[in-house]
Amino acid sequence: MRDVAVVGFAQSPSVRREDSRNEVEMLMPVVEEVLAESGMGREDIGFTVSGSCDYLAGVPFSFVSALDAVGAWPPIQESHVEMDGAFALYEAWVRLQHGDVDTALVYAFGKSSPGSLRDLMALQLDPYCLAPLWPDAISLAALQARVLLDSGRITEADMAAVAARSRRDARDNPKAQVSGDRPAETLLEEPYLVAPLRLHDCPPVSDGAAAVVLAAGDAARRTSARPAWIRGIDHRIEPQALGVRDLAHSPSTARAAQVAGAGRGPVDVAELHAPFSHQELILREAIGIDGGVAVNPSGGALAANPMMVAGLIRVGEAARRIHDGSAGRALAHATSGPCLQQNLVCVLEA
Amino acid sequence: MAVTAVLSADHVLEYPYKRSVGPVIGRFLTGLRDGRIEGIRGADGRVLVPPVEYDPFTAAPLDEFVEVGSSGVVTTWCWVAEPRPQQPLERPFAWALIRLDGADTAMLHAVDAGDIARMRTGMRVAVRWRTERTGHIRDIESFVPEERR
Repeated sequence: MRDVAVVGFAQSPSVRREDSRNEVEMLMPVVEEVLAESGMGREDIGFTVSGSCDYLAGVPFSFVSALDAVGAWPPIQESHVEMDGAFALYEAWVRLQHGDVDTALVYAFGKSSPGSLRDLMALQLDPYCLAPLWPDAISLAALQARVLLDSGRITEADMAAVAARSRRDARDNPKAQVSGDRPAETLLEEPYLVAPLRLHDCPPVSDGAAAVVLAAGDAARRTSARPAWIRGIDHRIEPQALGVRDLAHSPSTARAAQVAGAGRGPVDVAELHAPFSHQELILREAIGIDGGVAVNPSGGALAANPMMVAGLIRVGEAARRIHDGSAGRALAHATSGPCLQQNLVCVLEA
Repeated sequence: MAVTAVLSADHVLEYPYKRSVGPVIGRFLTGLRDGRIEGIRGADGRVLVPPVEYDPFTAAPLDEFVEVGSSGVVTTWCWVAEPRPQQPLERPFAWALIRLDGADTAMLHAVDAGDIARMRTGMRVAVRWRTERTGHIRDIESFVPEERR
């Protein structure tokens, strides 16, 4: 395998509503920033790939117009996934394995504010047996939380503790949308949103964008004093039907973590894409993260959850801690689909 | 120029085409129209409801249909105090995964329980059929707690 590293990361602030900026305008400063950090110009990028969802804008092929943010003339090599940007990063990593190009720009954007996100998410489900019932995203996560609570492995207080810690950590993250220092005990006094989930168990609805630059071998060493080398990356998926899956565990995450080599050594930090509080507890167990590891010091998806972006942010946040010397080995995770259906694990090392 | 107001407009997107549902989902939906629920036997022998054309773990094509009961057990649930506009019920209800009698997997639907206090994991529920059925998942109006059927 060719050594590939994350050499740059930039993200917009996550906000509830970007009133006056469209997707291209949200992306442009992020792309400028990530290229500047990587010491590259657009002409230095060998491959460009993005992650986004046309359903958010309600416009077919809206990802094509987003190319205005990177510029596609003279012609560029470009691709897109209708997924979180972390999965676009996986494609870029595969593309760099070909060996003919040394650098890749990965970007992701999501502007959820024009629609009702929790309802819109029903459209990703089985179009015959599920979507016509319009089960919203929060309700499906609540079904999963109940399975865990019934199993006795977690309590609602454990879930509130995840939320309280995430909000506390987010106070140091200027890009975060939700932060605060309310202790878990007072969060538990709040009413249910969709029982057994309370508002703090759920992610905010966010507008945001992020970008990552990958570089291979010497190109990475030239552009970064401390590249975050991708030592393993893998993603796996579980069956489509919720009733077929074991919702209390995440076998796809466990398998991806195993193939990515997560267990070959301790990690200093783990950025887990857990949009709902109970999902962090599932992921910790699936990956085998022990209590000493800093999990989601950025605040995670409970503090900022731009659709199609929050997974790529996990990779960027993990890499950033290697870049700044605060971590030597880091793990990033991204998810897609209802109730952690598909999961990606990426292991980064200095 | 200072931005004083943000222009906005409704945008309606629709796909006015028809899909064929195929031999397996089609048979399932036709069964619903006739007040009957059919699953399919998976590669490991388990009965999957709703049925799928291909095994979710081995991808083997499946074709052994198995009729299951119209009552079953709630394996997990959540309580929707404020239903969303397009959901099956306008009053508070539960979403539940329901394992029908004779099935090995659970299907999602609404349970019209009236009050969260009536819901518990493991409770028995039964289908409440819609009177006018068309071969659609909503031919099941909802499930109801069995003792109140």
